[in-house]
Amino acid sequence: MTTTTVKDKTEHFTPEVRAEIDRWIAKYPAEWKQSAVMGALMIVQDENGGWLTNQLIDQVAAYLDMPSIAVYEVATFYSMYELKPVGKHKICVCTNVSCMTNKSDVIVEHLEKKLGIGFGQVTEDGRFSLKEVECLGACGGAPMMQIGKQYYENLTPEIVDAILEGLE
Amino acid sequence: MRSWKAWSKKRMANEVCLRTLDLERPWLLEQYQSRGGYEMLKKILTEKMAPEAIVEEVKMSGLRGRGGAGFPTGLKWSFISRNAPGQKYVVCNSDEGEPGTFKDRDILRYNPHQLIEGMVIAGYAIGATRGYNYIRGEFWEPYERFEQALEDARSAGYLGENLLGSGFDFELHAHLGAGAYVCGEETALLESIEGKKGQPRYKPPFPAHFGLYGRPTIINNTESLASIPMIMEKGGEWFADIGVKNSGGSKLFSISGNINNPGVFEIPMGTPFSELLAMAGGMKDGHKIKAVIPGGSSAPIIPGEQMMELNMDYDSIAGAGSMLGSGAVIVLDERNCMVKILERMSYFYHEESCGQCTPCREGTGWLYRVVHRIETGQGRQEDLDLLDDVASKISGKTICALGDAAAMPVQGMLRHYRDEFQYHIDHKRCMIGVG
Repeated sequence: MTTTTVKDKTEHFTPEVRAEIDRWIAKYPAEWKQSAVMGALMIVQDENGGWLTNQLIDQVAAYLDMPSIAVYEVATFYSMYELKPVGKHKICVCTNVSCMTNKSDVIVEHLEKKLGIGFGQVTEDGRFSLKEVECLGACGGAPMMQIGKQYYENLTPEIVDAILEGLE
Repeated sequence: MRSWKAWSKKRMANEVCLRTLDLERPWLLEQYQSRGGYEMLKKILTEKMAPEAIVEEVKMSGLRGRGGAGFPTGLKWSFISRNAPGQKYVVCNSDEGEPGTFKDRDILRYNPHQLIEGMVIAGYAIGATRGYNYIRGEFWEPYERFEQALEDARSAGYLGENLLGSGFDFELHAHLGAGAYVCGEETALLESIEGKKGQPRYKPPFPAHFGLYGRPTIINNTESLASIPMIMEKGGEWFADIGVKNSGGSKLFSISGNINNPGVFEIPMGTPFSELLAMAGGMKDGHKIKAVIPGGSSAPIIPGEQMMELNMDYDSIAGAGSMLGSGAVIVLDERNCMVKILERMSYFYHEESCGQCTPCREGTGWLYRVVHRIETGQGRQEDLDLLDDVASKISGKTICALGDAAAMPVQGMLRHYRDEFQYHIDHKRCMIGVG
């Protein structure tokens, strides 16, 4: 891994992205810029179509004056960071107990059949990817899924169809 | 302990953390203030109330940590040395992730100002001028709602410097997680705020002495902190009296599963489970209750008929060999195969183990693989003893409670449903038609 120079700090990110990261940095004590790493990774991931490249991880490290390895640790530890390309719409389906007993398997089957992909895959046109996730804390609306930042609850195959049709 | 009849008379709902819920757009500052919100903070600051008196009031309330561990909140606060020099922190744990739990999400969405007020009061009580609320990464809507509330509170003078001219400063920010159940463990959460992997720390030292950024820190669950303004307004005794002995107050129960009206109900501790089930619309499609996970998926399962006799408080549930935990109640009807349920739960703990301690990292994998082979008809006669053995070798042998959380459901299942597991092994299929 090459060392990224200080010059890169302003080179790689757009002013908008830098402003967003700086907003996170401002939340923490001046000597704890590292605390902004989770926010920063999420911002650059969103900017990059939903996934992190090694280059982006290195750039975040440089921007926050962190060793790259420390940022890789974070990027690989948390489940919401994606290290491979995902669809424009990342569909996260909960299959934990409350959803399972409310037939999340029917939702999963329906999505797999409709999109022609399984968990961890992306549709050929790049529009959708499917991901199995653990409890998202919305068990009262089981079965449920998350697409992007939005929760969708009390799903049936028909409701899923309507939701997908409503997406760009 | 009060009788059921006395409880009926005092019956109340949504009067503490969800006290704005009946209002339109209940999350707005003006709505919160219309219910007396921030009045307590004003009173504390203008009267310069003694911080020790606040801690005493919280102790008297009998409030126990609502995240699942049930540790007395007032006692936790008293571990902080208020006059220690330097920065101290108040941290709120909104990393709601225990399967079955969805109550803190509602506090964040519907009454964020009460949490803010509770955190400022906590800061005043322990002499901290900074706070963080750690919200799980998936909770984008609650995060945005909370951020807006912070902005509004700041504009109104409830956050920032020299609050209401009192000379007391308090600044509060929200931190967003990125998907890791283990960050609900308090020291993993602190690591995560520090920009690291969420791996729990050894205790001691406890956060009260060495917490966020190495500074004295109190860390409490969302519901615990949101209860504080009402405890201060109406008194610790009032709060304690809502509940029963050893279980003060009301509690938010998230109830889900095979029921008609799943949701969050804020009701007195000690409410009979049968009453909670009735509030939640009873069993779906006329099915029979088979079993209940009473406090989040880590809590050992309890057979339905036994559960119908229990009350929703710490002692009643503990007496049945389980725990009240986070108050997440998952109700299962007779169509559920217990092997399949356990397989899913064991997969969860295996997936979420942070990998730091060998018994948990390896043991959760063993538990999952063995339950999986029983579920898929590959079970061996020795497997049930093996599960017992592995579970007992994880319990108590790890830095944090995730290991215990993985072992307890296994032990609970084998205690009550061993015959179902044995049937799976003997017949290579489920004794339930749908398994």
